[in-house]
Amino acid sequence: MVAGLDLFTAAGADADQGAWSVADVTKRARRLIEAGINRVWVKGEVTGFKAYRSGHWYFSLRDAEAQVRCVMWLTDNQRLPGPPDEGTQVFVDARPTVWEERGEFRLTIKQLVPTDAGGLWQLQLERAKAALDRDGLLDPKRKRPLPRYPQRVAVVTSADGAALKDIVSVLERRWPAIQLLLVPTRVQGEAAEAEICAALDLVNRLPAVDLAIVGRGGGSREDLWVFNSERVARAVAAVRVPTISAVGHETDMTLTDLVADVRAATPSAAAEAAVPSAAAVAELLRGLAQRMVQGLTGYTEVGRERLARTGDRLTAAVQAQLQQRSLRLDSLGGMLDALSPLKVLNRGYAVARDDEGRVLRRTQDFTTDLEFNLTVSDGDVRAKTR
Amino acid sequence: MPESKPSFRSEIERLEEIVRSLESNELDLDDALVLFEEGVRRLKTARELLQESQLTVKRVLEEADGTLSTDDVSL
Repeated sequence: MVAGLDLFTAAGADADQGAWSVADVTKRARRLIEAGINRVWVKGEVTGFKAYRSGHWYFSLRDAEAQVRCVMWLTDNQRLPGPPDEGTQVFVDARPTVWEERGEFRLTIKQLVPTDAGGLWQLQLERAKAALDRDGLLDPKRKRPLPRYPQRVAVVTSADGAALKDIVSVLERRWPAIQLLLVPTRVQGEAAEAEICAALDLVNRLPAVDLAIVGRGGGSREDLWVFNSERVARAVAAVRVPTISAVGHETDMTLTDLVADVRAATPSAAAEAAVPSAAAVAELLRGLAQRMVQGLTGYTEVGRERLARTGDRLTAAVQAQLQQRSLRLDSLGGMLDALSPLKVLNRGYAVARDDEGRVLRRTQDFTTDLEFNLTVSDGDVRAKTR
Repeated sequence: MPESKPSFRSEIERLEEIVRSLESNELDLDDALVLFEEGVRRLKTARELLQESQLTVKRVLEEADGTLSTDDVSL
């Protein structure tokens, strides 16, 4: 008798006797494996990655000699910024098991870390950036200039964060002629992404907003990560007014920075970019006043009338004063008032105008029997040439 | 929503326009005088706005029905 034939006969005669069911043997294998190998860290290369509609991830890990099937459930993979790329070298914290339905040896992964530190974050960032770029949202031509003198500024940030305080203190010092509208939102944690998007959308519904600032104070890479969300970046791009990003970080650019019209490294810097300084504007007003005086001087020189000559002398006097650095803006309006040729009337001069309001400058303008108006300090008198 | 104050921007933009017109030397003296006087007024208003204005901070609130309102923020 041959042993093989014996077995064959036995199996044929009574299929169940002495044989294990598939279920039994796979169950036994699973128990052996689960009892024999606890959670282990495994290093390998991701291959054949597939994310199912359920949110669970399936892929294999391989090295030069072997490969093993892996599953990472949604509850575990949702803590990651995004799926690993094909070919990524990773460490996984896994529990070996057997999937009985398929009789398949596999790893149930609890944690997944790319061997390249920060690799997965970077990968997700690159993906989102590529998507934004495809849609033209990173085009420098999209960037809008900031308004010179914003009156109403919307700030999308946390109501109790340092960012708001920093922005307020810069504005108070620099350009208080402004109304600031805080649109409060969480800026880190799981709800932050949706809240920031909703807040940016709300900015579009506020009336007469000139400018928006979106951001938060400094924090760890993970704290700031929401500003790398593609969704947030798209919401920033959709804001209807020029937008400054103000995510507190010195080195890395976030996607929000890339999409915003202006990127500021901190909330304070955003406030400085948002408004002119009152001192610079005072200087600008001084310059305008001076040019206005000079502009008028041009006319008075052309006119060669008494009024004009008087204006010239006053102009010269005022200009000399304007050039003194100590001049305060306060006095400027008053001085220009004094300069105004109509104020000169107080000093005993008069302006003659015909009934169409034209200034009568030369003797030849005064034809015989011409009726005209003489404007003196307190009103007009009718006059007539003889 | 509260209305915004008289606008510094409109004052200074008009002022710049006036200065450009005066510098162009293409106006009648009469018009130049009128413009100059307006310029002086605008300059005064701009200066006053700059000095008197105080930063206001309001928080935007969205009601359940989607209407917006604001309340004061103390910092």
